[in-house]
Amino acid sequence: MPDQPQRDAIDVRGVRKVFGAGDYAVTALDTVSVSIRENEFFTLLGPSGCGKTTLLRLIAGFEYPSEGEILLYGQDIAGLPPHKRPVNTVFQSYALFPHMTVAENISFGLEMLNRPKDEIKTRVSEMLSLVRMEELANRRTSQISGGQQQRVALARALAPQPKVLLLDEPLSALDYKLRKGMQIELKRLQHETGITFIFVTHDQEEALTMSDRIAVMSAGKILQVGSPRDIYDRPAERFVADFIGESNFIEADVVGVDHDRATMRLSSGAEISAAMAKGSPPSARATLVVRPEHARIVPEGAAASLNGTVENVVYLGTDTHFHIKIDDGSTFVVRQQNSADAGPSLSPGLRAGVLISSDAAQLLRS
Amino acid sequence: MARRRNFDIRVQPGFGLIALFTFFSLYLPIAALVAYSVNAADSLSRWDGLSLRWFISAWNNQAVQDASIRSLILAAWAATFATIAATMAALATTRTPRYPGLTLKYAFINQPLMVPEIVTGVALLIVFSRIKVWTGYSGLGYLILAHTAFCIPFAYLPIRARLENMDLTLESAAADLYATPWRTFRRVTLPLLRPAIIAGFMLAFVISLDDVVITEFVKSGGQDTLPTYMLGQLRRETSPEINAIATVFLALSVALVTLFYFVNRRRP
Repeated sequence: MPDQPQRDAIDVRGVRKVFGAGDYAVTALDTVSVSIRENEFFTLLGPSGCGKTTLLRLIAGFEYPSEGEILLYGQDIAGLPPHKRPVNTVFQSYALFPHMTVAENISFGLEMLNRPKDEIKTRVSEMLSLVRMEELANRRTSQISGGQQQRVALARALAPQPKVLLLDEPLSALDYKLRKGMQIELKRLQHETGITFIFVTHDQEEALTMSDRIAVMSAGKILQVGSPRDIYDRPAERFVADFIGESNFIEADVVGVDHDRATMRLSSGAEISAAMAKGSPPSARATLVVRPEHARIVPEGAAASLNGTVENVVYLGTDTHFHIKIDDGSTFVVRQQNSADAGPSLSPGLRAGVLISSDAAQLLRS
Repeated sequence: MARRRNFDIRVQPGFGLIALFTFFSLYLPIAALVAYSVNAADSLSRWDGLSLRWFISAWNNQAVQDASIRSLILAAWAATFATIAATMAALATTRTPRYPGLTLKYAFINQPLMVPEIVTGVALLIVFSRIKVWTGYSGLGYLILAHTAFCIPFAYLPIRARLENMDLTLESAAADLYATPWRTFRRVTLPLLRPAIIAGFMLAFVISLDDVVITEFVKSGGQDTLPTYMLGQLRRETSPEINAIATVFLALSVALVTLFYFVNRRRP
């Protein structure tokens, strides 16, 4: 809807899911609430067992929540069986019907919706060309490659024009090259169809490159929801910072708070300004996150944020990692891009300073 | 080379000899039977040269014809009912999370495999004779019912095996694509199950065709099946005709089991 660009396609409200009962009860989802906007590429990111697939299965209808509501455009669908929900799933194993051809697989959903024959025919050929599989329409699904099966699974799920497409780690079975290609392909399909995608993955790189927004999950909870940039640059919790990318964690004293920024005194005595998440008043002592590429190596001295001894220099082609043993005993990693004119040549044992870029530090919720 | 770590029965002394002896004792009597079925002599103990006379004589024997047709009709009905029951039982015992009592159900379904046939035979004789008195009906129905009962486990085993190996996400995918439970079953589960259902049917058919003990107890007068007819013939005189019948019977069983093997091996 053009007048309501921020409409929610899916609204998960206070959903809990407990498997088993009594002493064997396992809480897979612990009171999760999240809104997924229309036409959005939304990713549920987290390690295995964090509840991301459970949340997807609850939206699809393969599981029913123990508590809470799942709204699809305002209507509670939490109690409906899967065949009554206008959402489709791309399964991790693809789950293509082995006794049907590629075209028969794609037409299955439309047939079950009792659409007219000629509509099914045109829709199937549209789908075949959308995923570039026209030549293989009459092949058995066992006679095509993994990447092609993946595309058939996508076409099959998109053919009935679902309100929301659910994707359960669909790229995990593909090799690296194919996965890269499919990431771009998925993004293109989402753009062309305008369907809301909910994508489940444990691969942070996949999440960062494809998503409009990401929800980072751990132990049945959603820890943070935000754009890839938000999640990467402004992690709100230690788990998020640790799970996505590499991070330096620094313990520091809070000396002043102003709106959404805090002034922090580091162990060296230097003071830096750090961003903090809204509504989280910091305690006297708190943890800062600094990404390795958001700091530079400088000469030791008062101008540096932290001072220490070079412990290790790791050459990585495009970058070099400097592991600095800070004087307070912690270790700080600085990533610097290598350029033709070699910078200061540092070797283990030398003294050096670390300068944290302004606006690069993020205060974690305590 | 390092010491052999796995126990390999093929290198044990005498293995080959024991294997040979086993095959010999299993197949020699059958070979003799087949050989004597083409014997021209009137007696089972004399060899008089090749002839198909006993096949022809058996073919023209009205009693043999009746018994054969009865056997085939009985096997067809019993295998059909047993396969339907077995398919439903297999679906009920695999499409459910494990629960206490499930093992008991397996035992119930497979009970005919454990209980001695003679016990089932006597039990059915007692029950059916009462029902015959009450209803006055003494047709083939009793035999069909009895055969269905002991054929169920044979049809059940291949179907259950297939269902257990079937990817459950296929059914989830069908439901996700708007198929009602019934259409999911019709369009996905059943087509994938078809080879196992055919295999189960053929196995049940052969088992029914072969049965002597239970049939002997349950049948009413004039309801001889081929095996009970042959048994009856042996009691009186030993006509070489039964060699010919047995040979045809053997060929039919082998053909069915071979077909069973090929159907079961082919995967979609």
